[in-house]
Amino acid sequence: MATPDQPDAGAGAENPVPPAAPLLATVPPGRDSWQGLRALTDARIALGRAGGSLRTESLLEFRLAHAGARDAVHTPFDLAGLEASLHAAGLETERLASRVTDKQTYLLRPDLGRKLAPASIDRLEAARGLWGQRDLAILISDGLAADAAHHHAAETVTELARILREAGWTLYPLFLVPYARVKLQDAVGGLLGARHSVILLGERPGLSAHDSLGAYLTFQPGETRTDADRNCVSNIRAGGLPPSAAAQKLAELLIASRRLGLSGTALREEGGPTKIAPPSPGPDLRGVSGADRQ
Amino acid sequence: MVGARRHAFATLRDLMARATPRRSGDELAGLAATSAEQRAAAQQCLADVPLALFLDDLLIPYEDDAVTRLIVDSHVPAAFAPVAGLTVGGFRDWLLAYDTDSTQLAALAPGLTAEMVAAVSKIMSNQDLILVAKKCRVVTAFRNTLGLPGRLAVRLQPNHPTDDPHGIAASIVDGLLYGCGDAVIGINPATDSPASLDALLRLIDGVIRRYEIPTQGCVLAHLTAQLEAIQRGAPLDLLFQSIAGTEKANASFGITLELLAEGHAAATALGRGTVGRNVMYFETGQGSALSAGAHHGVDQQTLEVRAYAVARRFSPLLVNSVVGFIGPEYLFDGKQILRAGLEDHCCGKLMGLPMGVDVCYTTPAEADQDDMDALLTLLGVAGCNSIMGVPGADDIMLGYQSTSFHDSHYLRQVLGLRPAPEFEAWLEKMGIATGGTRLLPVGAKHPLLIHGDA
Repeated sequence: MATPDQPDAGAGAENPVPPAAPLLATVPPGRDSWQGLRALTDARIALGRAGGSLRTESLLEFRLAHAGARDAVHTPFDLAGLEASLHAAGLETERLASRVTDKQTYLLRPDLGRKLAPASIDRLEAARGLWGQRDLAILISDGLAADAAHHHAAETVTELARILREAGWTLYPLFLVPYARVKLQDAVGGLLGARHSVILLGERPGLSAHDSLGAYLTFQPGETRTDADRNCVSNIRAGGLPPSAAAQKLAELLIASRRLGLSGTALREEGGPTKIAPPSPGPDLRGVSGADRQ
Repeated sequence: MVGARRHAFATLRDLMARATPRRSGDELAGLAATSAEQRAAAQQCLADVPLALFLDDLLIPYEDDAVTRLIVDSHVPAAFAPVAGLTVGGFRDWLLAYDTDSTQLAALAPGLTAEMVAAVSKIMSNQDLILVAKKCRVVTAFRNTLGLPGRLAVRLQPNHPTDDPHGIAASIVDGLLYGCGDAVIGINPATDSPASLDALLRLIDGVIRRYEIPTQGCVLAHLTAQLEAIQRGAPLDLLFQSIAGTEKANASFGITLELLAEGHAAATALGRGTVGRNVMYFETGQGSALSAGAHHGVDQQTLEVRAYAVARRFSPLLVNSVVGFIGPEYLFDGKQILRAGLEDHCCGKLMGLPMGVDVCYTTPAEADQDDMDALLTLLGVAGCNSIMGVPGADDIMLGYQSTSFHDSHYLRQVLGLRPAPEFEAWLEKMGIATGGTRLLPVGAKHPLLIHGDA
């Protein structure tokens, strides 16, 4: 039984090691005696306290992490830079636009981010005949974190295109679309008559990861498709699922989707090659719709 | 005529939407007032609407929606009698009267429909929402007693991105040593596998039994998954479900009122409560119906209160509005989240629910932890039953920012709020806290750490 006269911190060092609390050699000043538990989770545990409140260090660390996430949401999409990387990799690109023209509207009006701007509809209709019907339309957007597209999209897409071309797939030019939502792939894919579509876009930044890319694929994209018809590969970033591995996973899913002639929940259940996480973070209300928020 | 112009409102549903304080979700739905003056005019019109009109002019038709049928069929005219002759504006005055107290409000609750409660909240100021909520008292019990005056409970939320039992156990120990967990030890699972669900239920049950903690556990999986876990013999205390304010929105969550009734009966039959029999835990949030394309042209705040009509049918231990989780397209910034949090708490209390709030936001929202401090403080003043305790306010599984264990101690200190009495006694016994509000130093030999392998 603990007693009130035990010290706040530092007492752990000379005590026996408890089973689930591997102790650090020393507990830093101000931290809790159960510091060792931090090895078991990335959660912000054993922070110590000032009275009952956060210590200065923890308070400012949180602010820094949140500031990074806030900046990530508002970072502008560097289309020219991304085009340069893709062209260097020998990939063709085409710029399109959703009906959103600024970040605030993007955040407030997800419905507009799911639709193509009239000029882009005209462009696709005009080019459709020239391109002919192809297997896959790939879209890249800044989504909620432009740096995700800046850092990981070119590498992911280059590798994905390489694998699929080797497998005999034909691809449309890569569509770069600022301010897109996941469903915009239905508008593009549907207009072109593509057999598959994939959209890669920046995921909602968390406190620890600010440049995480998400990818959503759809078989026979079109207006009637819903999130249940899609498969998702998320957390694409250096410290998560690396771009090359993500490309491999996406390619496997696409190939399985083609073989089975379906995508979404049914693909997950009917033996997609890889067990992938559902797009929503949990079955409760908080998930509302994982794909829809992107 | 209001101001310089004449304003006309086609239907009661339209009037309700346009009288709603501004929020992005109603604008997204195309239901919001088109000007500040139109909103103020709508509030004046709404204040003159007789409360009884809501019994006849149903915002969502009876034949179209099971939640409407529940609301109409469960209305108790005798309970409604004290306010039956009042307008919405008159009802606000009645609620604020010195003589209106917790006993009267508890007796009135079965006489109020969700739409009446939503209506009056729309014309109430933030201070009204706080004062009226403060008058309400809703006490529930399972292994401890929640909602008593001067008490504030905390849900310990030890989530982990892969449901790793060791990672979750570490966060549970952390929360308990910070004096949190009296509302529930509740995990949002990252995966939907039955084996993982059973393992998490056993993990929480093991901790609660080993340390004889007067609290309850919950894994916030889908209701049907929890029912299957019950049949497998997994130790389930509280049955969780997300709910919404229309039949169609609930269908999008994979539930019906019948399924909720079945779940309620199954969880009650387990008889695992020691001091009470409230076995349900519900979560809600403004915007969920619109998000599911199931809003019937009704504003998101009214639909939220209709979700409370669903909740109260099943006498829950906890109801929690996850207010800022849904994102900026429904509640744009700190101001909108704060208003919605106060509305949800007050309306839930008027409906007779043990209302708690997950004071939270996501990174795209124009909000930060200072906004949460403000809402947290106001909810403490308003007598909120429970808040969330997330390590460092950073949920590493759900990826949003909530309130921390430390935040609860801020609130305990400034408002003198103590944990549930049974839990407070346990904290004293374990040498974790004293006097209900003050944490004690905990050394590495503390029993929770020595046996921290639970």
